[in-house]
Amino acid sequence: MAEKTPEIWVFGDYRNYFQNRVTLQLLSRAHDLAGKTGAIVCAVVFGQGVQEWVGEYIAHGANRVYVVEDASLAYYSTDLYVAVMESLARQCSPEIILVGATSFGREFAPRVAKRLGTGLTADCVGLDINTEGLLVQTAPAFGGNLLSRIITPRTRPQMATVRPGTFQEIPHNYQAEGETVRVPLPQNLPKDRVRLISSERKPAGSQKLEDSPVVVCGGRGMGSKSRFRNLNELARLLGGEVGATRPVVYSRWAEEDSMVGQADKHIRPKVLFSFGVSGAIQHTAGIIDAGFVIAVNKNPNAAMMKMADVAIVADANQVCLALIKELKKRLRS
Amino acid sequence: MIVCLKQVPMATELPWDPKTGTLSRDRAEGMMNPACKHALEAALMIRHQHGGHITAITMGPPMTEEILREALAMGADRCLMLSDKAMSGADTFVTSYTLARAIEIFCSDFDLVLCGCHTTDSETAQVGPQLAEELHIPGIANVEHLEMNSDAIRIRRISDSFLEVLEVDPPCLLTVSCQHFVPRYVPLAGLQDAFSGANILAVSAEDLGIDPRRIGLQGSPTRIVDIYTPRADKENIVLKGAPKKIVEELFERFETKLGGIIRKDLNKEG
Repeated sequence: MAEKTPEIWVFGDYRNYFQNRVTLQLLSRAHDLAGKTGAIVCAVVFGQGVQEWVGEYIAHGANRVYVVEDASLAYYSTDLYVAVMESLARQCSPEIILVGATSFGREFAPRVAKRLGTGLTADCVGLDINTEGLLVQTAPAFGGNLLSRIITPRTRPQMATVRPGTFQEIPHNYQAEGETVRVPLPQNLPKDRVRLISSERKPAGSQKLEDSPVVVCGGRGMGSKSRFRNLNELARLLGGEVGATRPVVYSRWAEEDSMVGQADKHIRPKVLFSFGVSGAIQHTAGIIDAGFVIAVNKNPNAAMMKMADVAIVADANQVCLALIKELKKRLRS
Repeated sequence: MIVCLKQVPMATELPWDPKTGTLSRDRAEGMMNPACKHALEAALMIRHQHGGHITAITMGPPMTEEILREALAMGADRCLMLSDKAMSGADTFVTSYTLARAIEIFCSDFDLVLCGCHTTDSETAQVGPQLAEELHIPGIANVEHLEMNSDAIRIRRISDSFLEVLEVDPPCLLTVSCQHFVPRYVPLAGLQDAFSGANILAVSAEDLGIDPRRIGLQGSPTRIVDIYTPRADKENIVLKGAPKKIVEELFERFETKLGGIIRKDLNKEG
């Protein structure tokens, strides 16, 4: 019997298709990995009325798309999607399964890995193939301060969830050819144990802070609520946005939607001014992608000062006021 | 109710080795993972409204006992501490396996398992869903609000950009959003009780009757090849002195750079 062509699978996470391109990014990376291992790239799509996505995935690099269509799969359901994925993976034995690290992906993939008795690496920011042909998964730890390279040597498939934005999608090519394999819903599918009462798309929140090239971020070191307001003036002069740490928001010096950190907003400004921020990892994980960093703190040993391009040892509020004064002078001239 | 806790290195004071730029884990002070505290708070709020009994459970080296004392001080009724050399080096696959066996033996009649949404060290967010799988119960991640009704639990959460209302029957596992269930401060009275009581049960792999080859590093399907620090090419220029002087120096050195980014001419001579 001829040896089966190995398969690299990408879970088709099409919800929020236009905002969330992670599936396309993964198809692109899977393509590179397939080139190194002689595998083919397969997308896996569950749902109802998914033909549009099948076409999109082929246009973005899938050689084959497995489709399981049924009314019961119309909504993302962890229980049902896990059961269908388990059944399909047992039939086809893929070498690798990649899942976008969306909210759903991070709930779905761990259970699939458990059912298949294999390892899973979370929120990867790098994927490669080593000399033994194993998938090398690069995962962040400590808010991106450390990276670890992880392999899954003994069990199959090798599984990873991957952070959106890590890879570049291949430009679409509607002439690309791909095979569509329709798979019937597995028999004896369990009942969904979670009942969906309602689901509504949240109005897209403002992305202003995340997308701003200039951010002025303040911590408790600003001293008080009224002093914290000086940062608004500075941000206005710089044409930027104001961000805040969690303690500042809890003290009600700033609104919750300005909170920057690991579980909050991730910002990537070209220049970040950081005032009176100690640099707790829950905060710094949200600023790891900032470009030029200017930090102001009385304490030269604060963690935030160590990760700055320019560390200013002084009172945060006084430097803020001096900057406002100097900027006004320079912007007038 | 069961609350799963983890000890992580103290985040604000990570002892970085200045020579190698890596983290000296053995010198790091431990603390309760912040997200786990939110899970414990959720359990305390539920007990306040509906009664019940809270068991906190953790797995880790002996020093992990500290966070169980803290959990008792916050109000947990009793604690299970899984500590055994055979358990070390575990990935999420075997961590969830080990926790599940302990839960089945010591608190199998639970209604609810609560976990934090992720940890600050390895950040996988995988143990919660995998533990639910091991216990054969439904799981819901990132819960923002929950309401216990007579027969079911009603949950509100945001998943990707959808606001979902879900209903699930106990027993189930919930991971709790870090933006809700803000943890209470540890009361002084609680602190005293926490250190005087003997409510911590230490559990070894043998107590769980599990094959040591199935747990710890040996049983883990994933392997860490290496850990490294992404090299940041930061110059780390330090400026000191009077604020006015510092700001002048800042502009002298970086006015072109800053001006380019904000697209304004910052040159003094204009």
